[in-house]
Amino acid sequence: MKPALHFDFVADKSNNTITVKREFAGKRQLVWDCYTKSDLLDRWFAPAPLTTKTKSMDFREGGHWHYAMVDPQGQEYWSRLDYQTIHPIDHYSALDGFSDETGAVNPDMPRSTWKVTFTDASDHTFVQTVVSYGSAEDLDKVIAMGIKEGLASTLNRLDELLLQLDA
Amino acid sequence: MENHSTILDSTFHALSDPTRRMVVSRLMRGPAPVKELAKPFEMGLPSFLKHLKILEDSGLITSRKEGRVRTCEVRADRLEAIERWFDEQRAIWESRYRNLDNLLMNLGGEDTK
Repeated sequence: MKPALHFDFVADKSNNTITVKREFAGKRQLVWDCYTKSDLLDRWFAPAPLTTKTKSMDFREGGHWHYAMVDPQGQEYWSRLDYQTIHPIDHYSALDGFSDETGAVNPDMPRSTWKVTFTDASDHTFVQTVVSYGSAEDLDKVIAMGIKEGLASTLNRLDELLLQLDA
Repeated sequence: MENHSTILDSTFHALSDPTRRMVVSRLMRGPAPVKELAKPFEMGLPSFLKHLKILEDSGLITSRKEGRVRTCEVRADRLEAIERWFDEQRAIWESRYRNLDNLLMNLGGEDTK
């Protein structure tokens, strides 16, 4: 099934930001819950074929979500999302970062700020996510890691593998 | 193996300026002489050459001189590395949101039980 839901992805290279806009077939409270409750986040946050595993969740200003994306071979990619401001069910902002299994944030890697806004669109919900990096140099580092060994290249390898298996 | 951090170093700084972005857009359509590149901009040649130098230092463009004409060209590999990363980010969000569509559909079903 392919629902014709609005999707908009803009990468602003001059501003070091990514803006993702998407409409969802669900009431705002339900979509908000999916974004802010770890048992629900675990069911969608990691892109296929990875899965999400929550180690801890403390959804309040100053709290954080410590989670891993797990690939089919069992390799875990740990991250930590630190919540800064929360206004249920309108918006929240958070600081994303790479971490290890203990929740210690990798100090060598830049962190990005997430601003996530939820608005009503008739019986649907409209979500805008703005991911911003502090500087061009920060984004350079993240891209360089992605190219070398990051999650993105893992995804590509898996996509290729899946294509081969399908053939 | 090449060091990708070095490759990408200063690339974003180079693209942070509107003049330089326009030069790169123009060069995406093919090589061009400096004189032609400078034409749309209301600035002296020395200022324009400074922009070109930043672009060259970042590895985004190269130039070569034949006789009295200096011609500039984009280096596709630099731009590709950046484009690829943004494409991958897009793919991640698309995939993630397909999961959320399915979850919302399931939760909607659970609600009406």
